[in-house]
Amino acid sequence: MRIDCKRVWEHISAYIDGDVDEGLRAEIDSHLETCEICSAVLDSTRNMVVLVADHRVFELPAGFSKRLHARLDKQLERAGP
Amino acid sequence: MTVSNPEFEADCIRRILAGEKHLFHDLIRPSERGIYFLLLSLLRNEAEAEDAAQETAIKVYLNLKNFRGDSQFRTWVLSIARNEGLGRLRKMGTRREDSLDAEIDDQTGDYTPAILTSWREVPSETLERKELGAILRQAIEGLPEIYRNVVLLRDIEEMDVRETAAALGVTEGAVKVRLHRARAMLQRDLAPRLKGFAPERKGLFGWGA
Repeated sequence: MRIDCKRVWEHISAYIDGDVDEGLRAEIDSHLETCEICSAVLDSTRNMVVLVADHRVFELPAGFSKRLHARLDKQLERAGP
Repeated sequence: MTVSNPEFEADCIRRILAGEKHLFHDLIRPSERGIYFLLLSLLRNEAEAEDAAQETAIKVYLNLKNFRGDSQFRTWVLSIARNEGLGRLRKMGTRREDSLDAEIDDQTGDYTPAILTSWREVPSETLERKELGAILRQAIEGLPEIYRNVVLLRDIEEMDVRETAAALGVTEGAVKVRLHRARAMLQRDLAPRLKGFAPERKGLFGWGA
């Protein structure tokens, strides 16, 4: 049985994470073979997940780590855990 | 991504508690990014998030003897960060509207993706262009809080579903649902804007298609 596009979209996130069972994965795979729209939705979503994971997107403020460890040093001198 | 190393952590904690206090720097370092970005997501102010991150690290240090080892160290650290952030929001009396109404998980929303007929991949190298990073940050910052937190921990800090659920104090099911919705919202917002960043497709003779 052929599943429709809406059902594919419902599972796209889980599909990307490898979190769908074998049967559903096979159904989605076969749908994707012939559906340009769902293939493009999947590719664009996956592309976006890869891009946001890149550490260049969210960088710590300059000097963050240095300031954090300097403050910790002061605390470490004062008291133990 | 920082992979947690339970043996290193357990050894470190034991030695810190025995007096080698300086080892705390090494223990907390892999969690720094997660602490800061979780707090930034909650507080939406860089200076406040940085101060809260420092307070969190100090609280982790002072409470180290209470870490039981029944969760991952980073999960425990992030739950302390989350409490620090929520405490500050309460004090400011500014728990924002989006965080209140977004607590309801079964809200109906339109999670239809942006419909495209083709997609040309935007490679990671494109991030050298500063405006791409700005567009991605803006889109994530524009998400309601519960979705932003999950994207941040799952897709940006690359934590697994269990760790994310424990750090945010929600069920694993809620993490999956929220991540799905967040990605759909991001795809709908970003796909049309990211199209221009895809490299030109070369024609048969090397010309642009």
